[in-house]
Amino acid sequence: MSHVSAVVRPPLVTGGKSYHDITEDVCRQVEGKPTTSWKIVFAISSLVLAVGTVSVFWTWWDGLGNWGLNKTVGWAWDITNFVWWVGIGHAGTLISAILLLFRQKWRTSVNRAAEAMTIFAVICAASFILMHAGRAWLAYWCIPIPNTYGSLWVNFNSPLVWDVFAISTYFSVSCLFWYAGLIPDLATIRDRAKSKVSKYIYGLLSMGWNGNTKTWARYEYVSLILAGISTPLVLSVHTIVSFDFATSVIPGWHTTIFPPYFVAGAIFSGFAMVNNLLLIVRWTFKLQDYITIEHIETMNKIITVTGSIVGIAYITEFFIAAYSGVSYEQYAFINRATGPYWWAYWAMMTCNVVTPQLFWIRSIRRSITWTFALAVVVNIGMWFERFVIIVTSLHRDYIPSSWAMFSPTLIDIGDYVFTFGLFFVLFLLFAKYLPVINMAEVKAVMKSSSERFPYKVKPSSKKPGQHVTE
Amino acid sequence: MDTNKRFLVGVYDDDDEVMAAVKTVRASGIKIHDVYTPFPVHGLDKAIGHPRTRIPMVAFMFGTLGLITMFVFTLYTMRLDWPMNIGGKDYYALPDFIPPMFEFTVLFTAFGMVFTFFITNGLWWGNKAVIFDLRSTDDKFVMAIDTASNQKSEAEIEKALRETGAIEINVKEIVEEED
Repeated sequence: MSHVSAVVRPPLVTGGKSYHDITEDVCRQVEGKPTTSWKIVFAISSLVLAVGTVSVFWTWWDGLGNWGLNKTVGWAWDITNFVWWVGIGHAGTLISAILLLFRQKWRTSVNRAAEAMTIFAVICAASFILMHAGRAWLAYWCIPIPNTYGSLWVNFNSPLVWDVFAISTYFSVSCLFWYAGLIPDLATIRDRAKSKVSKYIYGLLSMGWNGNTKTWARYEYVSLILAGISTPLVLSVHTIVSFDFATSVIPGWHTTIFPPYFVAGAIFSGFAMVNNLLLIVRWTFKLQDYITIEHIETMNKIITVTGSIVGIAYITEFFIAAYSGVSYEQYAFINRATGPYWWAYWAMMTCNVVTPQLFWIRSIRRSITWTFALAVVVNIGMWFERFVIIVTSLHRDYIPSSWAMFSPTLIDIGDYVFTFGLFFVLFLLFAKYLPVINMAEVKAVMKSSSERFPYKVKPSSKKPGQHVTE
Repeated sequence: MDTNKRFLVGVYDDDDEVMAAVKTVRASGIKIHDVYTPFPVHGLDKAIGHPRTRIPMVAFMFGTLGLITMFVFTLYTMRLDWPMNIGGKDYYALPDFIPPMFEFTVLFTAFGMVFTFFITNGLWWGNKAVIFDLRSTDDKFVMAIDTASNQKSEAEIEKALRETGAIEINVKEIVEEED
């Protein structure tokens, strides 16, 4: 009945799991009491969040003078962190939307956690928008609502206004996509629940789902269309983020390569973060049969591809600066590589272009230690990419007398720390109280891609390596 | 008006089996109330006789509505209500408004479609699930047959269920609102 993958493909669900095993394995940590290790990590994350909250409070109480910004470098860590977090979020949508359109079955075991990561990363990014607004309580000024200035509207010509629409649409549609996908699994937990409280809560959240035929049929169309519209949406989000820079006339920012380069970089860093999180999740929740080495290897391949795209983009930028004949543009790039921020530039080059190439070696691609380490390195590199683009393009402007350097203050660091605390607190809550693997979707690919059901494939009807639809 | 409905519930433990069973049971002239599965079984809706869903049309209409809304809104704010001279360019600089128009198209499509999906399938916060077998959200595939609406006797239905591979056959009475 269903699409059968080539027999040469390694199984996506190992360990001979049955449908019921999936339910048991995924629900176990939702139904059990929080483990000690979870409590410890949660306590640490909450502490980090608390410390960061003091910093954010101080940012708003005292104003942005608390940051290390100066007249020349007017954007630094705030926007660096914002772009970094938004970029990380992109992997989740890529897995849930683009890979759904490409019918990649391996996405089923990783999409739930990756989408959760997307949502939390976008929340962290949005907190930098509110922080750098300085007066967060006036943030509603970016929304076009009638006002007492004779209805002076927002300027729709500005990429910053597009960003408001892009990020808020991205956030709300991602939440909706995630929630719609959660409903069947929440119903599973509801039907297994023993206590009255969890029966009530999961019952409320699962909205009376019972898995009837018509609902599933419509559900599949809804997922497909959500994937179809989320694909251009996610590409538009980082494109518009890159427009924040690309539509300005600052040398080093004013480049047409930015949209594809930013999108590739976003997927690159996002997959690195997904790998980091999933390696921890599969280990703590014993989900090695669902998030297999195959999954990790596949993600490492995507990291290699996108890392190489980013590398080509760096080189292209240099070439175009030279080719343009504009001395300011040329200076901006030579200054990046050899100026006072040379270390940031070469950190970026090493972490993003050089080290991910190690993934060409199969044993490294399939090594958990290497994957974890290189994923951290990628995220450091991607943070430096944004720092390099933003700060080194600004710090030496047209008048040498206004040249300046940027150094972060404690509050700058504290605000960044805040988002880490927020991210991990949210992710830990998700990992404890919601199913980290999309049970329904994994069950749906069991017949084609698990160890348990090889006998379903009639060997007479197909040759190895052939795709057959029964 | 509330009525007590009596159902025969066949429990299957394989998606391919329930698929074949639906076809056989329907062919033998028994009307199936519904089939409940823990994951989408492709083609089951067709086998049970549901028409193709029209939800893509709903999505398209909501998308169009979003596009038009933002087109009209940018036209009103940027051209009619408070035109601003920005570098002598057109007041209505259409290419600049494509990003917000696109975002609104996506936003309206997503929310319009998903909430239509919720409403048409009776999903809402606080709704109580009609469950024929608790395992139907875990690993069992459950076929419910309304005995009153069928010409055949219960024994005949039970036989059909058993012959198509049901591992259990239960009787379930459900208080259902008449629609």
